[in-house]
Amino acid sequence: MKEPEKAPPAWLETIRLEHVPETHSVHVAVFKDIENAEFLHQQLLGRNADFEYAFIDASSVVSRLQVLSAIFKSITVQLNGAMKTPNIHSEIVSSLSPTKNISEAYRRYGITPTSKNIIVVRVLISPSTLTAEDVEKHLVDNVQGVSRPLDDKTLSGFTDWSKIRKYYKLNGVGWVDALKDVGVKSKEMEMLVLGGMSLRGL
Amino acid sequence: MTDDTEPQQFPLPAILTYPSSKTPELITQGAEGRLYKTTYLLPSVPCALKYRPPKPWRHPVLDARLTRHRILSEARVLVKCRREGVAVPAVYAVDEAAGWLALEWVAGAPVRVGVNEWLRRRRDSERAAGRGGDAVVTGDAPGDADLVALMRRIAGALGRMHKVGIVHGDLTTSNMMLRPWGEGRERPANGHAGGQGDGLLEGEIVLIDFGLAGQSTSDEDRAVDLYVLERAFASTHPRAEALFSTVLESAYREAFKQAPIVLKKLEEVRMRGRKRSMLG
Repeated sequence: MKEPEKAPPAWLETIRLEHVPETHSVHVAVFKDIENAEFLHQQLLGRNADFEYAFIDASSVVSRLQVLSAIFKSITVQLNGAMKTPNIHSEIVSSLSPTKNISEAYRRYGITPTSKNIIVVRVLISPSTLTAEDVEKHLVDNVQGVSRPLDDKTLSGFTDWSKIRKYYKLNGVGWVDALKDVGVKSKEMEMLVLGGMSLRGL
Repeated sequence: MTDDTEPQQFPLPAILTYPSSKTPELITQGAEGRLYKTTYLLPSVPCALKYRPPKPWRHPVLDARLTRHRILSEARVLVKCRREGVAVPAVYAVDEAAGWLALEWVAGAPVRVGVNEWLRRRRDSERAAGRGGDAVVTGDAPGDADLVALMRRIAGALGRMHKVGIVHGDLTTSNMMLRPWGEGRERPANGHAGGQGDGLLEGEIVLIDFGLAGQSTSDEDRAVDLYVLERAFASTHPRAEALFSTVLESAYREAFKQAPIVLKKLEEVRMRGRKRSMLG
């Protein structure tokens, strides 16, 4: 673990996921209070190849496991040759959705011109000309925001629960709302979100 | 779960051939599929991976369709139960084309193991007291409170499952886990019975293996569910059979408003067996 005060401007975490081939390396970063969401959104719309990232709006996310789950799903889909979107990064954004509607998934889970806090994911597939250092440098140069770690404590501060309840159809779960223990309650919500993502309109 | 440590003799599904912190462990091998204990995303998240391999004796197109259908049906039922607050494993991931389903790993032992051990100890103590040891468990002995409480929790779990429109299709005491009471989770009022206190029958009932489950609100289907469990219970734990039926009925009534109609059906099913008569 790096000390927060000595951390570089961008904190890119490299994650080894279980049951993912060595060829795929996963790199994630979180940025708080970003100032150039519109610019980043434009790069995606313009299909700028230098900006092939999954830019996720953190308000639609409840936990680290949810993000990792979307990444894992996209990698398995890519390995199966069954991607429904242009690349593995757009696949990550659409994997967060419990429905099949891709443009809706981009709107709900992807960066928008008004996004405040974002999660950035880059999957490098070898042989790749890029390294984690290249990715980190590119993010430092292009994302104007405060780097934060991808952990549940940070993410829960960004979550917009009214969105989560609407997107994952969790308005009728009174028994979860009635749970007294906050930790148990958020774990239960996370499990319901993962369940919704796993079915994805199937 | 059986403790089968025999070497891997079946080809793993592709997903389990990629690197992980621990070698996937084959837990059970059934007619339709295999269950592995492995991890999901992180080494700290244990998971149950249910894999339905291709059946070489079936036409490939039909086989793919059946596998897809069964995986999806099980996943849907589990997600529905979970959403409605019925204790079942959470669904982590589904790959219906590859034929696998990744589920939350449920800690604890199957109810069957706890009940058998409990009955064995009871018999031993009866024999030690100079009696035969094959006495029928009536529920009246002070030591029986734990078993009665367990049966009440089972009936409650079934009532809640039926209430949300799910029938299990294969209820046995092997398809229910006794999960140690978690921190921060509330125990039901009847969770503690103050019996022998050996903890064998303690824990939250978690229903598992929804491979034959379906969405149904038919009282006939519900009655058959209860009947199948009753028969399974009788053959696995014969000395507790009679007690089981009485306790099941009263606790099921408390958990599920429509129980009286289902229990009436259950009478019919007991008379004729699980299969529906084709006459009349």
